Amino acid sequence: MKRLILLLPLAIFLGIAVFLYRGLFLDPAELPSALIGKPLPAFSLPSVDEPGRTFTVADLKGPALVNVWATWCVACKVEHPVLNDLAGRGVTLYGVNYKDDTAAAQKWLKEFHNPYRLNVSDTQGTLGLDLGVYGAPETFLIDKHGVIRHKYVGVIDERVWREQIAALYQGLVDE
Amino acid sequence: MRRLLIVLLLGIGLAGGARAAIDTYTFSSDAERERFHDLTKELRCPKCQNQDIADSNAPIAADLRREIHRMLQDGQSDQQIVDYLVARYGDFVRYKPPLNARTALLWYGPAGLLLGGLLVLGVIVVRRRRVERTPSAARLDDDERARLAALLAHEERDTPYP
Repeated sequence: MKRLILLLPLAIFLGIAVFLYRGLFLDPAELPSALIGKPLPAFSLPSVDEPGRTFTVADLKGPALVNVWATWCVACKVEHPVLNDLAGRGVTLYGVNYKDDTAAAQKWLKEFHNPYRLNVSDTQGTLGLDLGVYGAPETFLIDKHGVIRHKYVGVIDERVWREQIAALYQGLVDE
Repeated sequence: MRRLLIVLLLGIGLAGGARAAIDTYTFSSDAERERFHDLTKELRCPKCQNQDIADSNAPIAADLRREIHRMLQDGQSDQQIVDYLVARYGDFVRYKPPLNARTALLWYGPAGLLLGGLLVLGVIVVRRRRVERTPSAARLDDDERARLAALLAHEERDTPYP
C-alpha cells in the first residue's frame, strides 16, 4: 500500500505528460464548425452564371457538396480539377463564389470548366459569414433536408475525398 | 511664439488625419466606441489563430469588425453580438471559453493540481512534525532498544566491536 502511494506522483506525472504530449500533435488550426447539424442559413443572392436570376436556400438541394470558392484563392485553383472530376462522377456540387468579382468568376468557370450545378454570387461575403467561413476553399456536405452534416476546410484532393467525404456522401445519397 | 503655435496646430491637424485613417468607424457615443473596442479585443480572429479581431489584418477580421460595428449601431447588446459570432464560428472565437462539461478540465484543472500539491505538502509537514515531537528513544521497539544497549555496553568497555 505504502509502495503504491509512493508511485502515485509518478503516475500523475505520466498522466499529465501523455495528455500534453498528445496536445503537441493536435492541429490548432482545425476548428470544428458550429453549424454541423444545423440547416443551411437562408439567403437570397444573385447567380454567377445567369445575371438577373436570384437563388435562395431552397435551390440548394442535397445531398450535395457546397463549395466556397473565389478566383483570388490560389488553393481553389488546385482544387478545381478535383471538383471537375467529382462532378464527372455524378457528385452534386453547388458553388458559393465568396467575396469575388463576378466577371472574373465567369471567366474562371469558362476557362477551367464548370463543375457546379449552380453558383451563388456572394460578393459581400454575407452568406460566407452566416456559414462561418473564414477563408477559401471550404466545403460543406448537406443532406437532402439541407442540413449541414460535415465541413471540410482546405483543398479537397483525391485522398481527402476518398478518406473523409466519399463514404459520408454515399451514406446521404442512400438515406 | 506665434510660429510655435502654428507648428503645434499643424501637428494636431496631422495627428487627427492619421487617426481617422486607422479608425474609419463612427460611433454615436464614447460608450459605444468603448464597447466596440472591448468586443473586438475579446473576440478571436478565426483565420489568424493568435490575434484578436481588433489586431488582425485578415479580411475576415475586417468583415467581423464591420459586422460588430453594424450590430452596435442596431442597438444590440454585447451578449447578442458574442452569441451571433459563436453561432457561426463556435466557442473558438471567444478568448474566454464558457464553463461547461467540455471545458471544466481547462477551468478547474490547474486549481485542482495546485490543491493536490498543497494537500500532499500539508500531509508531509504534519507527519514530520509528529515524528520530531516524539523523543527518539520512544521511536525504537524492544529489539532495537536491546541492540542499542548492547552497542553502548561495548563502547563503555572500550573493546573492539564485536
